Amino acid sequence: MTVSVETRNLSITFGHGPTALKVLPDISFLVEPGECFGLVGESGSGKSTVLRCISMLTDFWKGEILINGKSVRDMPLIERCRTLQMVFQDPYGSLHPRQSVRTVLSEPLRIHKLTNHEERMQKVLSDVGLPGSFLDRFPHQLSGGQRQRVAIARALILEPSLLLLDEPTSALDVSVQAEILNLLQRLREEHGFTYIMVTHDLAVVDHMCDRFAVMLRGEITEILPREAIPGCEAVHPYSRELIGASLEYEGHV
Amino acid sequence: MSVTTASKLRVPASVNALRNIVLFLMKSPTSLFGLAVLALLILVAIFAPLIATHDPYAQDLANTLQAPGNGHLFGTDELGRDIFSRLVWGSRITLTIIFLVSIVVGPIGLAVGAASGYLGGRFDTVMMRITDIFLSFPSLILSLAFVAALGPSLNNAIIAIALTSWPPIARLARAEAMTFRNADYIAAARLQGASPTRIIVKSIVPMCLPSVLIRLTLNMATVILTAAGLGFLGLGAQPPLPEWGAMIATGRRYMLDSWWLVTFPGVAILCVSLAFNLLGDGLRDALDPKQMNRR
Repeated sequence: MTVSVETRNLSITFGHGPTALKVLPDISFLVEPGECFGLVGESGSGKSTVLRCISMLTDFWKGEILINGKSVRDMPLIERCRTLQMVFQDPYGSLHPRQSVRTVLSEPLRIHKLTNHEERMQKVLSDVGLPGSFLDRFPHQLSGGQRQRVAIARALILEPSLLLLDEPTSALDVSVQAEILNLLQRLREEHGFTYIMVTHDLAVVDHMCDRFAVMLRGEITEILPREAIPGCEAVHPYSRELIGASLEYEGHV
Repeated sequence: MSVTTASKLRVPASVNALRNIVLFLMKSPTSLFGLAVLALLILVAIFAPLIATHDPYAQDLANTLQAPGNGHLFGTDELGRDIFSRLVWGSRITLTIIFLVSIVVGPIGLAVGAASGYLGGRFDTVMMRITDIFLSFPSLILSLAFVAALGPSLNNAIIAIALTSWPPIARLARAEAMTFRNADYIAAARLQGASPTRIIVKSIVPMCLPSVLIRLTLNMATVILTAAGLGFLGLGAQPPLPEWGAMIATGRRYMLDSWWLVTFPGVAILCVSLAFNLLGDGLRDALDPKQMNRR
């Protein structure tokens, strides 16, 4: 099942009183079912915060987030977990250092009282291109790319329809980045996931996303299709600058 | 089929880890000493009836205050009881105290610390004020007050020691838990629908466990000393129990002409608490997460 995601007037403020900081003033966007939607922008522009709001890791936001027209706030926990999952930026920090791959993968199955643990774990490992023998490995026995595959497997094991990707490749070296991106691309084709992907790399957007939003200081300056990148067809000066800089950088490389 | 092979593979993993820790401890002479003394203590306690040369309670008023030698390895005390046998039987009391205090203090400290570190907020504030209250008493004085209120006995001494030694462990576990509560793997567990209890038990506690274990081992030295101190003051084990601190207390009166009455229990206390300190130090190196990759 593919889902659409819509955020309406999403805003969030950290802190109280005079020190309060409005990180997201007013965010609205719509992600079509099965689409890969990119969020780009400089550090601190609130990209990751948007993902944390959608996933309810941060739950004191205002506004509305609808998945297939249903508010995430009203979704029961179990249903929410099986609808959306997240892949984190740093594979070195996102796996519990003292849990084996087996524990990492079987824990959600146990929470959700699913059956056929062994079968599901083997399937999800082969989905992310790891051999089944990796079940008994610990994170420190895995490379960065393998860790990120395990993290993706952990996100997939509950068979969600929406994957939130928080810079899934930025902590990896370039060759592994391509592997992980291709893996994500393949998974989307096979399972019809909807992706919301945070990145600051426009090359990744160009490779993966159908549309992307450029964020600046918590606001979306512009939503562009992927095709706008090569010709730098953005209207807003900041987006033009960002895309221009990226194109220039790639031209040099 | 795959299930059976998997379980076969998993059991040795924890055994392996334990073996690796022991091997690591044996590499450094100081922690090897600690390990050896601890092993000796346990063996002596288990085989006390076989090792002891005399009945620890048998009085022989014709042979009081005998110097070491003449069939009494460490001499006899003021009632003619064999000091060596009393020390051997006393190891059981020492081990009981350590064991009971540790199994009470460890889980309580870990549970309170991990829960308040992870949950934060009001729960944390309340729990930490309670530990503050316990921490602000000198532990021996608080134990004294407890024993004075409950009456002197070995069990009350154990309860008193346990009551005063959980707060530092809770503090430690809380500090550890607070460094992990915002980690991505905790966020991932929350996204999988894990309840706070589940996260604390499955994710936070394993991370706090090594430092708590180290602290607990180092604590055992203090526990022995406090127990001996309470025994010395007559508030712990009651006569005729061969508790080491109580033995020193009664031997004190004859100290000037019969040195063996206080020396041997004193050396036993010194050795065992030193051993636990050295072992704790060794464990700190062995359980250091940075060394995980070497295993």
